[in-house]
Amino acid sequence: MDFTRRETLALGAGAAAMTLLPAHAFAQAAADAEMVGTPDEFLAGASASEGGLDLTAPEIAENGNTVPISVDAPGAVEVRVYALGNPTPGVATFRFGPLSGAQFASTRIRLAGTQDVQAIAKMADGSYVTAMKTVKVTIGGCGG
Amino acid sequence: MISRRDFLQVSMAASALVGASGFGKWARLAAQQSLTQDQLLQFDTFGNVSLIHVTDIHAQLKPIYFREPSVNIGVGPNRGEVPHVTGADFRKLYGIDDGAPSHYALSSGDFSSLAKAYGRVGGMDRVATVVNAIRADRPDALLLDGGDTWHGSMTCYKTAGQDMVNVMNALKPDAMTFHWEFTLGSDRVAELVEGLPYAALGQNIFDAEWDEPAELFKPYQFFERGGVKIAVIGQAFPYMPIANPRWMFPEYSFGIRDENMQAMVDEVRAQGAELVVCLSHNGFDVDKKMASRVTGIDVILTGHTHDALPEPVLIGDTILIASGSNGKFVSRVDLDVRNGQMLGFRHKLIPIFSDVIAPDPEMAALIDEQRAPFAEELAEVIGQTDTLLYRRGNFNGSWDDLICDALISEREADIAMSPGVRWGPSLIPGDPITREDIWNVTSMTYGEAYRSEMTGEFIKVILEDVADNIFNPDPYYQQGGDMVRIGGMGYRIDLRAPAGERISDMTLLRTGEPIDPARNYVVAGWASVNEGTEGPQIWDVVENHIARLGTVSLDPNNSVEVVGA
Repeated sequence: MDFTRRETLALGAGAAAMTLLPAHAFAQAAADAEMVGTPDEFLAGASASEGGLDLTAPEIAENGNTVPISVDAPGAVEVRVYALGNPTPGVATFRFGPLSGAQFASTRIRLAGTQDVQAIAKMADGSYVTAMKTVKVTIGGCGG
Repeated sequence: MISRRDFLQVSMAASALVGASGFGKWARLAAQQSLTQDQLLQFDTFGNVSLIHVTDIHAQLKPIYFREPSVNIGVGPNRGEVPHVTGADFRKLYGIDDGAPSHYALSSGDFSSLAKAYGRVGGMDRVATVVNAIRADRPDALLLDGGDTWHGSMTCYKTAGQDMVNVMNALKPDAMTFHWEFTLGSDRVAELVEGLPYAALGQNIFDAEWDEPAELFKPYQFFERGGVKIAVIGQAFPYMPIANPRWMFPEYSFGIRDENMQAMVDEVRAQGAELVVCLSHNGFDVDKKMASRVTGIDVILTGHTHDALPEPVLIGDTILIASGSNGKFVSRVDLDVRNGQMLGFRHKLIPIFSDVIAPDPEMAALIDEQRAPFAEELAEVIGQTDTLLYRRGNFNGSWDDLICDALISEREADIAMSPGVRWGPSLIPGDPITREDIWNVTSMTYGEAYRSEMTGEFIKVILEDVADNIFNPDPYYQQGGDMVRIGGMGYRIDLRAPAGERISDMTLLRTGEPIDPARNYVVAGWASVNEGTEGPQIWDVVENHIARLGTVSLDPNNSVEVVGA
């Protein structure tokens, strides 16, 4: 039987709906941009390699004020997301405890304009991996 | 054992032979003036599966003229690649003789005189004849509609797409995907889709709030044809909420979502699909890139960018089929699928010469029935043209020159903007301009002609933004339209410059002075994606202008200087 997330939530609305979303339930999100800091602060001199972190974001934002992004970093203890072209680049920190079923998180971010979005994951062994994606913010119109 | 790739290459050559012999014959027949329906439909049935593809019909029920572009520049990896080859270069590439029917159908150049010789193209009653003929060869052929079907004419606008739904239902497609349909508004789309007797597909149509697949649209549909289990995966236009007004369908989110496409391909393969077909409205270059990133798709039926290619393009093991627009072509693709593998194909892009292919009488009657309530309005002659009126081209087309003139004179503006859409048939010199003709190039659900003040700096921002939507070297960042058309202003564009630095030398044509970034200019335009846009409908603005002119006569437009092509 197929259940969409919306139906599942509707069914569980009387119960503790959020417990159906382990990725969210166990990821602790820090929304304060100052707390997230910059990539250099997070890396603290270490270098980040590519691979092992999936950053999903649209190529062109449908609405720059609320751009859905998600990160998936198996084995990560913490993932930080940066909008490198925003006045304050820090966007989100996700920390994953030992009970996390998956090191996956999603949120919506605000982008001041076309820019690169970067995610950096700190792995359990202290190493870092990173992924980058350009998201275009356009005024739109004129589609063929 | 011969590999699948070898097979594809062998059959690619075979396919090219089919195409080449077709072209050669037509060229000879052109000289004899004896092109026949049998020759256009001639096809040696091949393999065990037939696909029929129509796309981007834009509600053109009746035969029309449609001039293909002379300027269609490819950038990045697509520089000089099809479909970015036009005119004489295109004919040379495919071995088409000058003046041959394929010259007229597929390329620009000498259009007005060839149009007089070969007549109009398209007409859904002729398309029905072709579809029926293919079904006579292969009764279980799959008919797939790539979308942009319920948009583009007065009757479609006034019936909110019902005329096209009625006609397509009679044609009996097996599946469809979408783009302009959504500009009918999500309530109307839901109403029409819920009543469709065929599959409404889009793996990339998501619920905007929940970012999960929308319930109304299935990602794929299975068909059993010729003993082959076929999965058709839909791919709607990815950038609908950006290129078209998001407020008309706020419940939906789109995007390319090629990771989800791969997941769907894997899912249908796991369920036993032996042939995977993607019915796409991505646009050709986006589909090329998607074919290089997603594995396991056998055939992509492309749409959106209105390209008509006489041969498939092979990307890895995937064949891409481009079937034109406005009802001008039907593609037939025969496939040999055995033991879960596509072993070969034969393809023909069938041009719908309306004077050669007989109309299907039942479909003709159904079309007349849709048009009858509006017949008088449609037929009223507003003026006539001494100039070829066409739309396609990266920077301008004479229809848009006329529309921009109308906006400047009727709305008393310094500068006019007309959206770079690719739909809209052509008229040849000497043709009357009817109200239907005007609606065919302007009809939409957000056609209000605005008039506002913009600074020179903001006008540049708009041009840079649209330019990047066409000339970004990465196709995934392109939206597939053409450059916004500008009246009253000239500019220079450097296609190799980075985003934000392509446009320069903006000049107000009326005075010859450079555009002042700080000064306000009165700008009139239409098709704004902003909610609450006010103004008269663009078709009324254009009608008033043409009625005032009586006869349209336009000078060639040299106001855009292109470098780096």
